[in-house]
Amino acid sequence: MMRLPLFEFCAPRTLEEAARILDGQGPNTMPLAGGTDLLPNMKRRQQVPRTLMSLRHVEGLKRVEWSNSASRLGACLTLTDIAGDARFRNGLTALAQAAAQVATPHIRNMATLGGNLCLDTRCNYYDQNYEWRKAINFCLKKDGTTCWVAPGSSKCVAVSSTDTAPALIALGARVRLVSRSGEREVALSELYNNDGINYIRRRPDEILAEVLLDSLHGWKSTYWKLRRRGSFDFPALSIAAAARLSSQGVVEDARIVVGSAASRPLVADGASKFLLGRSLSSETIAEAAALAARIAKPLDNTDFDMTWRKRVTGEFLTYALRELRGDDVRAERGSITRYCFE
Amino acid sequence: MITLPVESRKTSHIRLTLNGEQVDVSFAPYKTLLEILREDLGHTGTKHGCELGECGACAVLLDSKPVLSCLVLGVECDARNVLTVEGLGLEGNLHPLQDAFADLGAAQCGYCTPAILVTAKALLDQQPQPSRDQIRVALSGVLCRCTGYLQIFEAVEAAMVKIAEQNGAAK
Amino acid sequence: MPNQKDSPDRSVKDSQANGEVLRVIGVPRRRVDARAKVTGQTRFADDIVLPRMAHCKLLRSPHPHARIRKIDASRALAHPGVYLVLTGKDLPTEYGILPVSQDEQALCLDHVRHVGDPVAAVIAREELTAFEALDLIDVEFEILATISSPEEALATPAPRIHDYGEEGNVHKRVALEFGDVEKSFAEADEIFEDTFFYQGSTHLPIEQHAAVAIKDPEGKLTVWSSTQTPHYLHRALAKVLQMPAAHVRVIATPNGGGFGGKSDPFNHEIVVAKAALLLDRPVKICLTREEVFYCHRGRHPVLMKFKTGVKQDGTITGMHLQTLIDGGAYGSYGVASTFYTGALQTTTYHIPRYLFQGCRTFTNKPPCGPKRGHGTVQPRFGQEVQLDKIAEKLKLDPAELRLGIVESPNTVTANYLRLGTVNLSECIRRVVKASGWKEKFRQLPEGRGVGIACSAYLTGAGLAIYWNRMPHSGVQLKLDRGGGVTIFCGATEIGQGSDDVLAGIVAEVLGIDTFDIRLFTGDTDLGPVDLGSYSSRVTIMAGNAALQAAERARELLREAVAIRLEVPKERLRFADKHVFDSAAPEKRVPFHEAICLAEARFGTIGTVGSYTPPKSPALYKGGGVGPSPTYSYTAAVVEVAVNPVTGWITVPKIWIAHDIGRALNPPLVRGQVEGSVYMGLGEALMEEQEFRRLPKRLSHALVHKFPSMLEYKSPTSLDMPEVVTELVEQADPRGPFGAKEVGQGPLLPIMPAVANAVYDAVGVRIDEVPITPEKIMKALAEKKAGRAPRYGPNHFPHIDWPEALRVSPPWEGGDGNAVNDVPSHRKPRPEKDKVLSS
Repeated sequence: MMRLPLFEFCAPRTLEEAARILDGQGPNTMPLAGGTDLLPNMKRRQQVPRTLMSLRHVEGLKRVEWSNSASRLGACLTLTDIAGDARFRNGLTALAQAAAQVATPHIRNMATLGGNLCLDTRCNYYDQNYEWRKAINFCLKKDGTTCWVAPGSSKCVAVSSTDTAPALIALGARVRLVSRSGEREVALSELYNNDGINYIRRRPDEILAEVLLDSLHGWKSTYWKLRRRGSFDFPALSIAAAARLSSQGVVEDARIVVGSAASRPLVADGASKFLLGRSLSSETIAEAAALAARIAKPLDNTDFDMTWRKRVTGEFLTYALRELRGDDVRAERGSITRYCFE
Repeated sequence: MITLPVESRKTSHIRLTLNGEQVDVSFAPYKTLLEILREDLGHTGTKHGCELGECGACAVLLDSKPVLSCLVLGVECDARNVLTVEGLGLEGNLHPLQDAFADLGAAQCGYCTPAILVTAKALLDQQPQPSRDQIRVALSGVLCRCTGYLQIFEAVEAAMVKIAEQNGAAK
Repeated sequence: MPNQKDSPDRSVKDSQANGEVLRVIGVPRRRVDARAKVTGQTRFADDIVLPRMAHCKLLRSPHPHARIRKIDASRALAHPGVYLVLTGKDLPTEYGILPVSQDEQALCLDHVRHVGDPVAAVIAREELTAFEALDLIDVEFEILATISSPEEALATPAPRIHDYGEEGNVHKRVALEFGDVEKSFAEADEIFEDTFFYQGSTHLPIEQHAAVAIKDPEGKLTVWSSTQTPHYLHRALAKVLQMPAAHVRVIATPNGGGFGGKSDPFNHEIVVAKAALLLDRPVKICLTREEVFYCHRGRHPVLMKFKTGVKQDGTITGMHLQTLIDGGAYGSYGVASTFYTGALQTTTYHIPRYLFQGCRTFTNKPPCGPKRGHGTVQPRFGQEVQLDKIAEKLKLDPAELRLGIVESPNTVTANYLRLGTVNLSECIRRVVKASGWKEKFRQLPEGRGVGIACSAYLTGAGLAIYWNRMPHSGVQLKLDRGGGVTIFCGATEIGQGSDDVLAGIVAEVLGIDTFDIRLFTGDTDLGPVDLGSYSSRVTIMAGNAALQAAERARELLREAVAIRLEVPKERLRFADKHVFDSAAPEKRVPFHEAICLAEARFGTIGTVGSYTPPKSPALYKGGGVGPSPTYSYTAAVVEVAVNPVTGWITVPKIWIAHDIGRALNPPLVRGQVEGSVYMGLGEALMEEQEFRRLPKRLSHALVHKFPSMLEYKSPTSLDMPEVVTELVEQADPRGPFGAKEVGQGPLLPIMPAVANAVYDAVGVRIDEVPITPEKIMKALAEKKAGRAPRYGPNHFPHIDWPEALRVSPPWEGGDGNAVNDVPSHRKPRPEKDKVLSS
């Protein structure tokens, strides 16, 4: 049986207390939410914090504030909470679909929104047990000097594997980060770096406390996840698309995000801008898909052959855009995700 | 005298409700709920296949929700409610799910069975008449290498009918 | 509470039941171990907790190939909580499952052969302590060249991974020719040559391997282990620990899945035994999932080249099959596996002349061994896909083609396998009908397709792992005056229902309920030898042994009751826990009273039954692999949906018909069929035991690409299609109540049926497994470009085959002996193959 290493444990009751604990600790003290990413990493000795700081008892982190003009989602809401909340539809459908497809029902009952947004980047050479990593003499991301995916690379290319981030970026979300030195609000699209090691601009002493959304009235959104099986697997590719259409079906605003094709979710600016002022005809969809596919640069660090992932990105995006157009894509969704989303 | 190595020191204590009964347990603080159940509380019904959250064999109900006990810290379980396969029976009888699984071939090697049973129970408690698709989704977090799942689905559906009958009879 | 519910009447005639209705056999009932399993009370190996128990962890090689120069464990030994450290010098005796490849050491002494090869063991108070102490063992390795594939092994004779074997890194080459195959090609109307590759896969039982060893109160060794083969483990422990086997007890705990992965004696089992003896305290080990990947013993990756000659009507004139097998770092069952990659090709369709050449090499990867279907799965894939290509060229429906060439029952094949009942034609007809084949084949819209494939499988290997003349299975029965019956048998419950098979047979014969029976199985001290749960042997071998023991017991009871009731004993029937006069049923005694009567007459009642398979007509060297008392047959139709743009493949439905002889307990049989389909689908679509060879200029590393349950893909509940199962039940007299096997056969046709369905759907051939969207898309691109619409291997390397042993087929006057070799029964047997004496 694999066991956790020894650790100290604390469970602050308020955000202030939590921020105080994290202050100046660096990687020695790590916040613990659902534990579904951190604990496996600890068992594999990828991360070995001296202290785990549970967020479970911090008041206010599971709040949902809902109004017509804005919403605030506490970072410790579980993915089941989000997937099962009937309010997350229409404009917010992408978020519900993303949350609903993470891992398995058991993990969704434990995993949190904040945890998924801060999910460690992943790679075939990194998400392995200590023994295995010793056999390859470790890797650039942890304890080694070579990136085995791209041996010539000086940058780590571990892949972003979060489902909720691409969805929330497409929805224009912001996050509130709290630390001892204060608070700041950051657009979620600005939270990530395209670097497998320094993939997130949350400082180690900051707690991601809340997700903020402006009104998405009039928007439609969708999230498509590509993985080998119907559950458990991280995304090998994902598409989040959100659009506001006029009554004539002309795109007034759009945001397309490609996930798991780089070390951060990629905002497909070119494709998004291309859609403005156009109706979602087959030609428009095909052109937008080609534009979005161009930015995807999958590498050999996840499931599926990387050339194949690159080739199907465009096709995948057409499913999402056709769905926004109003097509019935349940057959395609059922085939890809094997999941009936009500 | 051999002194107590640090890994052996049972310095954490919690009181939780296990299968409907309050219980106290002391354990080494690094242990997960899975390890405490199996090693400190003698409840070996809950199994493990990977300890990393990748197989579902360790599923238990924590505050009525299916979770993976290999990823729940023991120190997070004070004052909480845990249900394992040992607690499924009712008044000395097997739970209808257990009867159905036993009769309809839903358990072969039996290793994933405890996890599937508690997960199915949580489903039926929440949703007394799930569709086949809903059953598939609810159980999608536990891997089985023996059955191919189909007889498991049928057993859940048979239990569903039995429970409805029992509830109808009780009224 | 009885296990038999009130079920609809089943009037099944059966000679062994003397024309009576069967009350247990064939009646859907709760299996005998079901209640324990659904209450979580079944005691698996890791559930065992004993006072003062210590925990063991193994230090494993981080290098794929190296010599051990020095080990210094002093720091580990000094670590608080550590009781003992063992290294190779503590357990130098070699062992292995096959007598001809005793090439393993419990802890490598001076040569490590794959990443994960055990080098040292730490036994400590806590498992975490033992794990931390592993890092305190200093090992000096001298790196040797990595050999990562069979092609590399063929080209790299040195350094040798093993000092035995044929030469260099070639473990074994076999060449068997049955009839003049070249002549058969001359007689053919068409000749087909196809190369296929079957990727390796692993068993992935949910339960990790675990073992607990103890020096028991009497001072003898007891080992509980999640093993499928307690008898073979028993022998290995006696050998390595250099103890009398009579002082070693192995108890196979119920396996949480085995599928062939727990059939070898393992390092960890021997290590905990040694530690328990040295420390005089219980020692437990439970492997992590990654370590299970290093134990492996899974499906050999096989490259195959088929050359088949056929007539215009599909009749096969001859076949030449070459296989190149990636054996991994140790022998395991590999020599047998090598023969299996050729042996069963003749069991389904009539093949009058056959040349088989197989070559197994060593490589620096976890060793391959038996996985469900053991070596016959790979060539069955090739044969069934090639048949599909043949059907297309000859413009024949693939189902019709097969129906025209199915082998006949009770035949002796070209390679001297004696077949029993053969109901393959009926299986084909059933799946054709159930699936709507005739309306669908080549008629579905683009992107949807159906494929058909067939297969056969053994009902137990005809030869034991070590040569001997003793029974392959034995059962002892004890009958208690209270009416309870106890079954003692070495058979091992791995989830397949072996306990229920034994109980069902005994209950049927004695007219009682399976709930009245208690079983002690898998215990080498309590039960007579049963060779283990592998090769689908339990139903026929342990079942027949149980049948014999039960019939002997019934005979004693019959005699005693006949005297009491003053009725001719032939008129007595056993049913409903009574013994009664069939002419006047009110004349009866309860079962328990019948036992008392018998005990009064004969003394204490106890009977024994045993089973030895019939001698095989295959007398040539190598003829020991393939023979079986009889064979099961399966046909499957798979429907697929393939996206012609992305290659995305889903499988909505599978129809399968299995020639089982008799279903002893229908829900269990259905479970085996569906479980086999599930596992076959996994291999068809997503399972692969793949390895990464890092760039040679940067590293010598050769690691398993993803030794985890997340990345090694096994289908979830959302990935399982609808399955329609049909059973063909024509009793085979060789099986108890006519039963054949069901645990492995239904897996084999799934993978080729998927491949054939993909061709029907989008017109491309994927001549390898797994059949993935990436490969389909590449093949579609080839098709679009006007090239061969195919993805698969193009090349079979040149191998220096030895001169083939030539055996004339039965219809050419052969007698089962090779014409160019000393007949095996006249050759002196080497010392090491003889039975080990204590």
